[in-house]
Amino acid sequence: MSVDTATVRKIASLARIAVSDAEAEALAPELNNILGWVEQLQEVDVSGVAPMTAVIPNHLRLREDKVTDGGIREDVLANAPNAEHGFFAVPKVIE
Amino acid sequence: MSNVTDLGIAAIRDGVRDGRFSAREVAEGFIGAVEKAKALNAFTVETPEHALAAADAADAARASGELKPLSGVPLGIKDLFATKGVQTTAGSRMLQGFEPVYESTVSGNLFAAGAGMLGKLNMDEFAMGSSNETSAWGPVLSPWRRNDGGNAALTPGGSSGGSASAVAARLAPGVTGTDTGGSIRQPAAFVGITGIKPTYGRCSRWGMVAFASSLDQAGPMAHDVRDCAIMLEAMAGFDSKDSTSLDVPVPNWEAALSSDIRGKRIGIPKEYRIEGVPEEIDRVWEQGIAWMRDAGAEIVEVSLPHTKYALPTYYIIAPAEASSNLARYDGVRYGQRVAPEGGNLQDMYEATRAAGFGKEVKRRIMIGTYVLSAGFYDAYFNQAQKVRALIARDFERVFEDVDLLLTPTAPSAAFGLGEKSNDPIAMYLNDVFAVPASLAGLPAISVPAGLNAQGLPLGLQLIGRALDEQGVLNAALAFEERAGFKARPEAWW
Amino acid sequence: MSDYRIQGATGAWEVVIGLEVHAQVTSAAKLFSGASTEFGAEPNTQVSLIDAAMPGMLPIPNAECIRQAVRTGMALEAQINPWSRFDRKNYFYADLPQGYQISQLYHPIVGEGEIEILLDPKDEASAKRIGIERIHLEQDAGKLMHDQHPSYSYVDLNRCGVALMEIVSKPDMRSPEEAGAYVRKLRAILRYVGSCDGNMEQGSMRADVNVSVRKPGDEFGTRTETKNVNSVRFIMAVIEHEASRQVDVLESGGSIVQETRLWDPDKNETRSLRSKEEAHDYRYFPDPDLLPVELEDAFLVECRASLPELPDAKRRRYEGALGLPAYNAAVLTAEVETARWFEALLAEVGDAQALRASNWLISDLFGALNRLGKTLETSPVSPSQAAELLKLVADGTLSGTLSKQVFEIMLETGQDPGAIVEERGLKQTSDTGAIDKVIADVMAANANKVAEYRGGKDKLFGFFVGQTMKAMAGKGNPAVINELLKKALG
Ligand SMILES: [Mg+2]
Ligand SMILES: [Zn+2]
Repeated sequence: MSVDTATVRKIASLARIAVSDAEAEALAPELNNILGWVEQLQEVDVSGVAPMTAVIPNHLRLREDKVTDGGIREDVLANAPNAEHGFFAVPKVIE
Repeated sequence: MSNVTDLGIAAIRDGVRDGRFSAREVAEGFIGAVEKAKALNAFTVETPEHALAAADAADAARASGELKPLSGVPLGIKDLFATKGVQTTAGSRMLQGFEPVYESTVSGNLFAAGAGMLGKLNMDEFAMGSSNETSAWGPVLSPWRRNDGGNAALTPGGSSGGSASAVAARLAPGVTGTDTGGSIRQPAAFVGITGIKPTYGRCSRWGMVAFASSLDQAGPMAHDVRDCAIMLEAMAGFDSKDSTSLDVPVPNWEAALSSDIRGKRIGIPKEYRIEGVPEEIDRVWEQGIAWMRDAGAEIVEVSLPHTKYALPTYYIIAPAEASSNLARYDGVRYGQRVAPEGGNLQDMYEATRAAGFGKEVKRRIMIGTYVLSAGFYDAYFNQAQKVRALIARDFERVFEDVDLLLTPTAPSAAFGLGEKSNDPIAMYLNDVFAVPASLAGLPAISVPAGLNAQGLPLGLQLIGRALDEQGVLNAALAFEERAGFKARPEAWW
Repeated sequence: MSDYRIQGATGAWEVVIGLEVHAQVTSAAKLFSGASTEFGAEPNTQVSLIDAAMPGMLPIPNAECIRQAVRTGMALEAQINPWSRFDRKNYFYADLPQGYQISQLYHPIVGEGEIEILLDPKDEASAKRIGIERIHLEQDAGKLMHDQHPSYSYVDLNRCGVALMEIVSKPDMRSPEEAGAYVRKLRAILRYVGSCDGNMEQGSMRADVNVSVRKPGDEFGTRTETKNVNSVRFIMAVIEHEASRQVDVLESGGSIVQETRLWDPDKNETRSLRSKEEAHDYRYFPDPDLLPVELEDAFLVECRASLPELPDAKRRRYEGALGLPAYNAAVLTAEVETARWFEALLAEVGDAQALRASNWLISDLFGALNRLGKTLETSPVSPSQAAELLKLVADGTLSGTLSKQVFEIMLETGQDPGAIVEERGLKQTSDTGAIDKVIADVMAANANKVAEYRGGKDKLFGFFVGQTMKAMAGKGNPAVINELLKKALG
């Protein structure tokens, strides 16, 4: 596995992070370094091992079906960079 | 009374209770210290009014005989905890100006126990870092300096760097930290204080900005073991708002503190003796072993065969979870927004996240995105989750034989700012001893052991069985009594 | 086996259809937060800090949503997975605050099942089984409004986090009719179970329509997915248009791209979303904020016990035990309300009257409701009033004609039939004395016709019956009148 700048761009766009050419150039070797280093996990024999689910044995607890929240529009919008008429506003999306 | 800021949590609590001084005096003392210590850059926000209000409440409570466990104790809160009405940034420009309308469960528990807040503590951005250099608000300086006469700026470690500096510089008697892969223990070791990461699930994650959900755990950092026990008691507890919170009672850790560890079996994992670690670390480790023996513990060499895979495992799982946890920072509902003129929604996302996140956070989001992406999931993430299970199994096995493990906390003393910031993997290696316990969700404490030749603190780590914080604290107390660590940095700030 | 084909220049094409139906789970609160699921509230008033994905917020699952998914799975004779878990589906969009949708990819709560559809309600032989691939639980997204501002889209998170069941069929359907029957049947079952209100106008049920075409016998072709189609009519239209579009593309030497498309009801066509698509890679992984969902036996037993009699079982019982014609049974069981109404009626008139009751309901009542633009829920006539009317006919108090009059009055006034009969004296009479008297008058008034009849003009018998009836304003019992007239005319 080797990450080239094209891959960096693909990953960056999946992660929605704008990268300049310079950044992409710089990131490629960095990521290769780190990914090359974690490669060593491939040598571990994990046959018959189930992936870890809960690190400390625990049971999923469920909520009762009751309305206990909501009705706090001011709080929900309080930190919004742009809120209008009770909505969050974002650059127009054309579908 | 000499100086309230020299006092720890227990001393303040008892002094206020016994009327030797008022909570207000204490609060004012620490507020003054915080004001004078700007050079350390330990705080991102100072909240003297909060500390004073809690202090006055404590003094009133004393008058009416209704003191709470932490009445009169002013604390520092790591900026990863959402604090109602007080800017919470997780060390990131992305959250500049974000004032939560809610209080994290952990900070809420501390305040309910009577504690006040001196301010929010600087940290590595989204807790990703081991030197506090990734903070958007600039690095925190360690109050410590090498004894070589030079005054090179040293790191307090990270990600809880502001927390560590604040306690070491006597700006707060105790602080909250968070530990995903060593972020409480490594900084504690770097500045000569005590910090414990409890069992995963002991402290609620609700209202704590998420880095890696399966690893994040809050814990206290303070001068000594007793203070950590007191603070952890107040922080911990079942929280129905966190699915991963453990529904178990919180023991009275302080009351049960005992340094009598005679007959305890303490394991020394041979895989923790690794190449390239300075022998000052081995020396202090040997010293620690001797102290434990002196305390009547039985020392046993044990093996944790998958230790060398812990760090790479961590650097797959943590970034993967982070890449998803940090997707919510999109400039729509809170925090920073950068919307290029005439750009569409996707342009806004990309510009906002490019401007809002720092280099290391971007690097980890990229790694996490990559290891989860089509075709790589099994090779990386799933493989890492299996290796993680093996690492946890290693611990289960040795804990059938021993009660505790004693290891170094970090592979070196504090290093200078800028020394490692350009070599990610060298930086990651700081947590080589801390990460395994994080992956297994086990309680682990770092206690100061002594100074190295340059006069910088070194710490050792005690790891215990799941939910056996008491055993960890007791052994740490026995250790503390023998180490008699009293060194503290000269105030130069 | 459907013989639906698209006739192209190169011959006949078979259409292969699979549906992913998103059904909103009936619950008071959302899947992972305590905010209300009520439809049509003010924007962002049914949003919790969890739904808005504030930093440090954590999901806690709603027990009722899990229960409803399990009951639905059982109703579809599907495999229930005692161990399932939630995964994160990662992508960025303004209606998705977390930057991921909590869904189930690797271990869904419900596995394979099936639904039986009837293409012709009168004919059991037209039955076809459509496979269910899986059912998983997931969060709904918020809503974007594009028409409120020239340069901004507005985001309303009220729907965000509402529980959905994604019910994924196998590619077993071969015609728009089969797809339509499948969705109607699925909707009926969900409504019987009570796990979804099936309200397509309000978006409680939406389908992603997967369509491909192939020459009969060939391998599956490349499919396209047309998202969020919200009515049976549109689903069928999408299939027709998309299938013929694909045939045109293929026959003009092109190839089908696996892509997401959008149905435009105004233009009556599907449109590619490739523009917005760009290489999706959802990076699914288990949600570390949630533990696996483990279902205990007692819980499963309770779920099964809580299931009502389902449409197929009901239909067969109506045909078997009640001896109703296949058509009646199918119509009465198609909608849970109809079956409930019919069974309320049956409870009062008794099973012996099942056929008459079902015929009356299907022809008289439905006819009237259609005419009045009403439904069973808004019907002016209650099951017990209907039962009373049928009894009055059965015991001869009302003739067919009279019962129709009474029913009309019931529809207008909502009165009980008994009261109407009393008030307006609409009782039918079989009193021979009274009838003989009327006959005598009629014969006296038509002496010459009596003579003609007796002279052999038998055809005139009907005339006398009509005259007598008329004289009795329709209340005379026709049978008795006939008998007495024969005597009197000799
Ligand atoms: Mg779909
Ligand atoms: Zn879906």
